[in-house]
Amino acid sequence: MSLLQIEGLGIDFGGLRAVHDVGFSLKPGEIVSVIGPNGAGKTTLFNMISGVYAPARGRVVLDGEDVTRMPPHLLARRGLSRTFQNLQIFQSMSVLENAVAGHHLHERGSVFADLFALPAARRRSQASGESARALLDRVGLGRAAEQEAGSLSYGALKRLEIARALALKPRVLLLDEPAAGCNAVETEEIDHLIAQVAAEGVSILLVEHDMKMVMRISNHIVVLDHGEKIAEGEPAAIARNPRVIEAYLGAQATEAKHVDG
Amino acid sequence: MPELLQFLLSGITVGAVYALVALGFTIIYNASDVVNFAQGEFVMLGGMITFFAHAAGLPLPLAALIAIIVTAAIGVALNKLAIEPARGAPVVSLIIITIGASIFIRGATQLVFDKQLHRFPAFSGDQPILIGGATILPQSLWVIAGALAVFVCLWLFFTRTLIGRAVLATANNRVAAQLVGINTKYVMTLSFAMSAAIGALAGVLVTPITLTSYDVGLALALKGFAAAMLGGMGNPKGALVGGLLLGVLEAMTAGYISSQYKDAAAFVVILAVLFAMPQGLFGRKSTDRV
Repeated sequence: MSLLQIEGLGIDFGGLRAVHDVGFSLKPGEIVSVIGPNGAGKTTLFNMISGVYAPARGRVVLDGEDVTRMPPHLLARRGLSRTFQNLQIFQSMSVLENAVAGHHLHERGSVFADLFALPAARRRSQASGESARALLDRVGLGRAAEQEAGSLSYGALKRLEIARALALKPRVLLLDEPAAGCNAVETEEIDHLIAQVAAEGVSILLVEHDMKMVMRISNHIVVLDHGEKIAEGEPAAIARNPRVIEAYLGAQATEAKHVDG
Repeated sequence: MPELLQFLLSGITVGAVYALVALGFTIIYNASDVVNFAQGEFVMLGGMITFFAHAAGLPLPLAALIAIIVTAAIGVALNKLAIEPARGAPVVSLIIITIGASIFIRGATQLVFDKQLHRFPAFSGDQPILIGGATILPQSLWVIAGALAVFVCLWLFFTRTLIGRAVLATANNRVAAQLVGINTKYVMTLSFAMSAAIGALAGVLVTPITLTSYDVGLALALKGFAAAMLGGMGNPKGALVGGLLLGVLEAMTAGYISSQYKDAAAFVVILAVLFAMPQGLFGRKSTDRV
């Protein structure tokens, strides 16, 4: 039984077919990575699944419900949460407030209780604060809780965004390049974090350029090139697939050489 | 000394009106970074609709309530018809849209109602109250109490309630707000409704003192905007203090120097403050990451 089902998804920008007829599915607790060269349509695919773009064709089905073209805030309420490659953080709030904002959905109480700071309201905000702190500890930002988010490093903001997404208690988590801009130690931490979250039953859809990380943690890989799915399968099979090597790993190997040399 | 007290009292009265307009600016600015220059028209509508509803035979409190509700609905319409379709346009474009909307509302009011000056009776009579040799109108006390009440409500709304915090989160980062499940369209609609209602309330309270007509909105919007800038845009406390300060400055200049210079003196002080503190007295530092 799949939790998230993508069927024949496609979108055009002007005359350009950005993504065409892409389909795959995620089971609970599964980590699926979407890889492909730059411009292959990975982020566009993410934007369609998460309601940022309205797809021209195809369907997104979340736990049996058709959620195609549903706006992000309603998807968040249904348990689909995401992070962005180029960060969407509440910059002028503190780190803790950012994480608390993720609890927004799960806070329910009367405006009356809030206004008069009744014990119920105080307990509620205390509970949000505590679980937000626990999440910050989990992503290694516990000490930075009181800092202004805008003052954090890029890598730390990446982890803060993950913490905020987790605060929503999602069933499906879309991570767009979570390890980009992180050093080797941070990457490994994020790696562990993703594996842990998946072990708790959250399905994870990942876009990532760090191939070592992708090969290590993915259960399943979907390869895009020029907006179309060219391969899909287990990491080992993908690494051997000649079309993938030609389209993606070949280019990646050249890039890697540049970096090394 | 009674002279000084008299200037102070009339300054606080005028300042309370500026503060109410500035508080109206605060909400929409907080939700969207847009400075809504139609805010002054909301004040005008509050006064005009109350007058005509009252003239049609409705009791004053009911007429005022209708004016506030109708103005709030006009605020929502402004958002739905003019701001929302332009979503994604730069903030400057949205501000220009609000200027256009204010001209439109002024013109429409001229056609629907008339071009006369109007007044309806003060809530608690016109007998001035004596305080230490100076006098104050009972209606002035209503205006001051109104500004304070709106301030307290807004402050509680933004600091205590979830929806108030959702408004702040939307202003800070719209996409991130949607990601955590905030319906940002609803937040925008709500903030236009609230701003318009507060503007209309200001119009209802102040009309017995200053009279109203279709064209009073622009001057109020400019003064309210100046007050909000002085206090720090987006901060209810700044709006209240900025408004009162501006009113008192004007009254003092008018009283001790000349009423010819009252606007000039006020704006010189505002410029001086903004040179020293570009964020205003209570403004938050903006931290844009490049």
